[in-house]
Amino acid sequence: MQHTKLQKKNDRQQVLAGEKYEALQQFIDQLEEKEGALIHVLHKGQEIFGYLPRDVQLYIARALGLSGAKVYGVVSFYNYFTDKPRGEKLINICTGTACFVKGANLLMEELEEKLKIKAGGTTEDGKYTLNAVRCVGACGLAPVVMVDDKVYGRVKPGELEEILNQH
Amino acid sequence: MEKVKITINNKTLEVPREYTILNAAIEAGIRIPTLCHLDLHDLKMVNRTASCRVCMVEVKNRPNLAPACATPVNEGMEISTDSLRAIKARRMAVELLLSNHPTDCLICPRNLRCELQSLAQELNVREIHYSGVKSDYHLDTSSQAVVKNQNKCILCRRCETACNEIQTCGILSALGRGFHTVVGPAFNLPMVETSCTYCGACVAVCPTAALTEVNHVPKVWEALHNPKKYVVVQTAPAIRVALGELFGMEPGTIVTGKLAAALRRLGFDQVFDTDFGADVTIMEEAKELIHRLEHGGKLPMLTSCCPAWVSFIEHQFPDLIDIPSTCKSPHIMFGTIVKTYFAEKNDIDPNNITVVSVMPCVAKKAEAARTELALDDHNNVDIVITTRELGDMLKEAGIDFDKLPEEDFDHPLGETTGASVIFGTTGGVIEAAVRTVYAWLEKKDLDRIDFKELRGIEGLREATIPINGQDIKIGIAHGLGNARHLLEEIRSGKKDYHAIEIMACPGGCIGGGGQPYHFGNDEIVKKRQQAIYREDLSKKIRRSHENKEVLEMYKEFMGEPYGEKAHELLHTYFEPKERI
Ligand code: SF4
Ligand code: SF4
Ligand code: FES
Ligand code: FES
Repeated sequence: MQHTKLQKKNDRQQVLAGEKYEALQQFIDQLEEKEGALIHVLHKGQEIFGYLPRDVQLYIARALGLSGAKVYGVVSFYNYFTDKPRGEKLINICTGTACFVKGANLLMEELEEKLKIKAGGTTEDGKYTLNAVRCVGACGLAPVVMVDDKVYGRVKPGELEEILNQH
Repeated sequence: MEKVKITINNKTLEVPREYTILNAAIEAGIRIPTLCHLDLHDLKMVNRTASCRVCMVEVKNRPNLAPACATPVNEGMEISTDSLRAIKARRMAVELLLSNHPTDCLICPRNLRCELQSLAQELNVREIHYSGVKSDYHLDTSSQAVVKNQNKCILCRRCETACNEIQTCGILSALGRGFHTVVGPAFNLPMVETSCTYCGACVAVCPTAALTEVNHVPKVWEALHNPKKYVVVQTAPAIRVALGELFGMEPGTIVTGKLAAALRRLGFDQVFDTDFGADVTIMEEAKELIHRLEHGGKLPMLTSCCPAWVSFIEHQFPDLIDIPSTCKSPHIMFGTIVKTYFAEKNDIDPNNITVVSVMPCVAKKAEAARTELALDDHNNVDIVITTRELGDMLKEAGIDFDKLPEEDFDHPLGETTGASVIFGTTGGVIEAAVRTVYAWLEKKDLDRIDFKELRGIEGLREATIPINGQDIKIGIAHGLGNARHLLEEIRSGKKDYHAIEIMACPGGCIGGGGQPYHFGNDEIVKKRQQAIYREDLSKKIRRSHENKEVLEMYKEFMGEPYGEKAHELLHTYFEPKERI
């Protein structure tokens, strides 16, 4: 487990954050049952903020009457949730069985090297976030790489450069 | 109560329907080994994670073995705990735990008092048939009080249950998943960056050395052997009714005299009693209460003897921060008195004095490091060790505790009263305060010393005591979950009291996080409590304001109780803190 560092905010970010918190609070207010709603609220939080920074997790904890540890426990349990900011573009490489057999790991290695990050990380310039995901249901196209909503099938390592250039 | 008929190892018995197989086996006198399971009846804490799989038994007509601790009985159930399959499964469960566990038992803080180690021995594990990657995490030594060694964690999550359900602090939770699961605070922060109160409830229930107190024994040895240091020791009320357990004595044995003798054998220059500090605390607290009652001050007044409780209110109820008494805790007051009054009287440079506190408490380690309590540039109390650590020191020094004579504490800071002894149990601090307030305000019935309506072991209690024509309403809580309940009622205006006593540990200090491990037997705490009241009865003087040495200290040095000098030296302030 990694230790999460606090991120400094500037003023503009704080104003924006204020609106985001309001949206999150509205979502929480309209819940009929607060108990057991944690996962829903985390989903919403991630949708609004793009990721779940520490302050948002603590905010959710207070709002639902849970401990920060409990909330972080759930965030760290599911791969889907992330407490690190996402890059502008999200690259998902499918590592399901079909894609794996067809060399998804080679694609991953290639991209890790190119972007100088590990799976799960974000490039220094904040442009790309690289993730490994489970079967995306397009096994016929294996190996599959997705950049945001765009799906690329039967990708060869040599084509990655070209794909990145399109984004 | 509805009963069901079952058989265990061909023995037929009738048990209540809500029993688990484990409950039934215990009643039938059949031992099923357990590890993660912990049932502390008096605290209403049951850890039922069923994560360790050490309690597996065979149930007829079920394909899989069942964990006895989490499987309810039902009519006609046939259970076998001693089939080869069950025995093998249990041994395998332990081997699996051991395959990802360090093997440095010989130098482990829990050596010979570790539940995993005893289990390996009990189940006759001679070989570990599995090998794999072992976890390798940092040791969290960030705090002054609790050490977290994740490599020794078996993920039973007892600590999480204690911290969340008994204490409602919510510091610990399972984090991550699969092989990478750990138990830790939000964002896996170092303990020191959380709202941990250092109550030690987690330490008290951890079966291994994954959670322990910071070991301060080496610092004490160093001080004792430093010729430049004048080393003064004080010992809390709860030590004398628990230390004996570490030397094979019956729980509830009173060892006050031997304790004083043992400390002297270790080489302390002065052997004092924190009870003296407790009597001073009452002088201050009783005055403060009367002051608040007469001058329309903030009510209720809350006791502030318990540092875990103080930290709890700072983090969890910052809006109520002005209701605790401003008194420092008794051992800190005592440290202050040693470094001022005693030092002056004996012409010793306070910078050369080392004050060691022997406490039943883990939180006092962190408390002693609070900078606002420091005096000039030295701490009031330099080192805090727990009852367990003192036991370790005595063994290391080869002291045969049992054979020690009964000795007295040193003077002038060694005289104590029955009132100060009962500080060690829930209900005791407030009874001690009431004894004095009553005597000071009441014009009649001055012989009244016992206020039995304040005693008990229930987590939340209240009583009304008429004093001088006014009904004084008193609330008592021990265990921080109960404290939370009481504070919420005060905040919402549902209840009002004049005075409230809160202790973080279940039972009060006698059940402290630094006391000898109870290994799930909560009867022990009750026996310690009875011993405390026996000790109180055996004292000639049983009210704090009648302690002659305390009165002398005020006369010679401190001035008026709750006066100017007392304020400067014996009182402190609290600060709201972030809750994480
Ligand atoms: S730290 Fe101790 S009590 Fe907590 S889960 Fe690990 S082994 Fe169990
Ligand atoms: S010391 Fe107390 S508050 Fe801190 S983690 Fe342990 S049980 Fe929770
Ligand atoms: S395995 Fe990649 S799409 Fe199914
Ligand atoms: S004691 Fe039953 S599963 Fe751990």
